[in-house]
Amino acid sequence: MTKLSRRNVLKGGAAFAAGSTLGAPMIWAQNIKDVTLRQFGTGVSNLNDVANKVKEDLGFTLEMTALDSDSVTQRAATQPGSFDIADIEYWICKKVWPTGNLQAMDTSKIKNYDKIVGIFRNGKLTPDSTIAQGTAPHTVGFTEGPDGKGFVDNESGWMTLIPTIYNADTLGIRPDLIGRPINNWSELLNPEFKGKASILDISSIGIMDMAMVVESMGEYTYPDKGNMTREEIDLTMKIFTEAKQNGQFRAFWKSFDESVNLMASGEVVIQSMWSPAITAVKSKGVPCVYQPLEEGYRSWGGGIGLSAALSGLERDAAYEYINWYLDGWVGGYLMRQGYYSAVPETSKNYMSENEWGYWFEGKPATDIITSPTGDALAQAGDVRDGGSFEERMGAVACWNAVMDENQYMVRKWNEFIAA
Amino acid sequence: MALPIMAVLVFFLVLPIIMIVTVSFWQATEFSIIPAFDLENYEFLFGSNVTYRVFFNTFKYAFITWVFTLSIGFTVAYFLAFHIRSLTWQIALFLLCTIPFWTSNIIRMISWIPFLGRNGIANSTLISWGVIEEPLDWLLFSDFAVILAFVHLYTLFMVVPIFNTMMRIDKSLIEAARDAGASGAQILWNVIIPLTKPGIMIGTIFVVTLVMGDFITVRFMSGSRSANVGRLISNDIALLAYPSASATAVVLLLTVLIVIGLMLRFVDIRKEL
Repeated sequence: MTKLSRRNVLKGGAAFAAGSTLGAPMIWAQNIKDVTLRQFGTGVSNLNDVANKVKEDLGFTLEMTALDSDSVTQRAATQPGSFDIADIEYWICKKVWPTGNLQAMDTSKIKNYDKIVGIFRNGKLTPDSTIAQGTAPHTVGFTEGPDGKGFVDNESGWMTLIPTIYNADTLGIRPDLIGRPINNWSELLNPEFKGKASILDISSIGIMDMAMVVESMGEYTYPDKGNMTREEIDLTMKIFTEAKQNGQFRAFWKSFDESVNLMASGEVVIQSMWSPAITAVKSKGVPCVYQPLEEGYRSWGGGIGLSAALSGLERDAAYEYINWYLDGWVGGYLMRQGYYSAVPETSKNYMSENEWGYWFEGKPATDIITSPTGDALAQAGDVRDGGSFEERMGAVACWNAVMDENQYMVRKWNEFIAA
Repeated sequence: MALPIMAVLVFFLVLPIIMIVTVSFWQATEFSIIPAFDLENYEFLFGSNVTYRVFFNTFKYAFITWVFTLSIGFTVAYFLAFHIRSLTWQIALFLLCTIPFWTSNIIRMISWIPFLGRNGIANSTLISWGVIEEPLDWLLFSDFAVILAFVHLYTLFMVVPIFNTMMRIDKSLIEAARDAGASGAQILWNVIIPLTKPGIMIGTIFVVTLVMGDFITVRFMSGSRSANVGRLISNDIALLAYPSASATAVVLLLTVLIVIGLMLRFVDIRKEL
């Protein structure tokens, strides 16, 4: 710490005067290099490339910690002092927001707020789309004011999370080992794939995949898959427990790598999967398709939240980071992995016409498509599984969710795994 | 001398256990833990047949693993102690047994997965020998795989204490038995096994507590298809249900203590050491 002398006070005063007359960036350029923001979240978007680019473009340091979704929830809810920026999913937000560990964000400070896709603002992709079941992002995206503890159903100007990344998930299949078209979620429990199917062992996501399967089988139609009653949970689990006992499942996976290994080794030919896992299987030279299904997709979205403890220069830096995040570089990076950016139009500036056409517009690739790390993912002429942004995000049947009966569901899930 | 040890024990063993017992009576919602005195966690635990199934599974794994680690461990120790004459060779072969333990538990466990898989080395070898036509699915992601991994991981914990006690058996006792006309089997049964009991018991305590407290081996080798108590606890922790995890942990702790207490009734380790 520097000693407080009259000289320093005068200097500080002069800097302050200059800052206030010439505009804030003057001071900020001086001090910003000392700022370190600690971000944590799922591996999906906690990428070192992003931290390096932040250092390059904005000058401050971003420390990234990647965890699995359960640990992320745990940390956000129980260790508010351990982070400045939480990169979490919307259903996690529903759990974490009431703890008061995050602070509301002023949308007037978000430069590209007006360009954020409708899904995160009023819930509608296009004015006439219907809102899917589950924890749709816009339902937990806004709070009543700077000190809000609840959620509001309109664009109040105070956001809980700034949306960053989202996608539509479906089943992954091995077309070479199945050898026929797959069009429905019910195929997961088709006895044809006995001992060769898998579902993920993360209860809050797995239950949604189960619900999609149950509906597709015609066993039951849920009024709201995202908020089941106890009877509905029992019914869903009963169907899957029977299938498990009949030997339908080869294994259950919990981490991304497990899902990749199960698929690539041929232990499993049909399973719940995440988009980059498909990419990882393909980059090993093994055919794998992210199969669009008639009933639609199970979707998820993530965003950035600010720790309640963040203030002053650090908070300014965090807003700067958010604005930079939505400015397109990260968006382009994520879209080249198969995710979507909250502000697609800015990402376009950072993608080639071929990439934009393939990933976003669903057009046939005109040249090789590579991942950000350089692996070839598609050849000229290939079309993205599921087609364009509107086709994929427009066919969302439900969002990842937290139910009112969450604890009951979790206990039933434990029973299912132990059965 | 005793004071520092007491302090360490109180701080790192007694206090955490008191904490766990206390939390087991608390209540939790998705995002907060509420101090209370409530038996709900225990009521749910004892009221659910999953608990009994999972505890049964845990005992089953512990028992089968114990049988295999004991028979393999005893045989290896017996060979080292009585068939290898020179001390140099005994030490060399003993070190050989520990070589696999230079890598981590998890790596030794996971390396079974590609070996046992549907298109793994075991299946393709058996098919090429013509022993089987179709790959055996039960090799991986099954109770077989779980127990195989346990036996592989924990046999050394049997070998070491048994070998240790065998080395201290007075060779003249064996000679005396032989002079008195005992057969090899009789010597083994009436002389060696009774004198090796403390080693067997220490090895048993190691294996049983390790297997009963495990969760990661069961998860990986069964492909999450089976559960033991450790997995129930880890699932609860992952879902922030600390009170319910604590309650399960308390019950598990008591169960393991009872099991060890029973075993110690058969052999007084302190007297025989």
